Amino acid sequence: MDDVSDDASARIARIAKNFIAVLPHAQALGMEISEVTAGRAVIGMDYNERFIGDPETGVIHGGAVSALMDTCGGAAVMSHPTAAGGTATLDLRIDYMRPATPGQRITATAVCYHVTRSVAFVRATAMDEDETRPVATATGAFTIERAKS
Amino acid sequence: MSRKPEPVQVIKQRRDAALEQLVGAVPYIQFLGVKFDRRGDELTGVLPFADALVGNPMLPALHGGVTAAFLEITAIIQLSWATQWDDIESHSDTPDFKPRSLPKTIDFTVDYLRSGLPRDAYARARVNRSGRRYASVHVEAWQDNRARLFAQATGHFLMPPRDG
Repeated sequence: MDDVSDDASARIARIAKNFIAVLPHAQALGMEISEVTAGRAVIGMDYNERFIGDPETGVIHGGAVSALMDTCGGAAVMSHPTAAGGTATLDLRIDYMRPATPGQRITATAVCYHVTRSVAFVRATAMDEDETRPVATATGAFTIERAKS
Repeated sequence: MSRKPEPVQVIKQRRDAALEQLVGAVPYIQFLGVKFDRRGDELTGVLPFADALVGNPMLPALHGGVTAAFLEITAIIQLSWATQWDDIESHSDTPDFKPRSLPKTIDFTVDYLRSGLPRDAYARARVNRSGRRYASVHVEAWQDNRARLFAQATGHFLMPPRDG
């Protein structure tokens, strides 16, 4: 990344390595970071029968998708070059386009597309193995917690 | 003219059994450990604190996704419960109430008002509009003080077919 300082690169590498490990609930859901670049994160989550929200169809609960989107949004904010010692979600809206196909891994991609001194704006998309039709999209606003220098 | 009122234990048992049929069938509700308190037709979602629910271990705080899921669960169960209350009550003679399919979330918007503390959380939902096909539900969550919400949400839901 040409436009990212060493400091930011180091942060991105650290996020890619540790972000999930330090979040107990992300671990509980079995999330795995597959990609982090400046202001963008990709996180996957395998299908698990314990996450089922609709017992008739085996489709996983929206709440598990929300947790994935929220985590992925946070990772995108943390990896933004001008951000962030930390971040917290201010609001998150999720639109559910279709039920995720039971048995398939869900992958969320979040992009932090604008950052002010105090707020980061994020868009995210969740896909199952059919990458032509999103399962859900999300938009969110996150706080910017400045690292104390 | 009026029938003899049902014994209170029979009423409670019927309502609690119907609630258990709705809640107990959903693995993700069990996964998070969410329970429901019932007072008459009023439901309160209860999320007992557990270490696996933490998002930020430095604070520590509940994971935003846990909060969102807890609110969405409470909204769906409240909506399903409210729309089937008459069915539940009309099964006073036959105890085998068969719940309809759960409403499907169309969209869900969560406001995070303050960080979720490492302790139990509670939520109540209000069905603001419940039509044949669509419903709109508002839900509020708090921890120590009912008046100090830590999160709230509004969602739209697609209702299951009437004969489903």
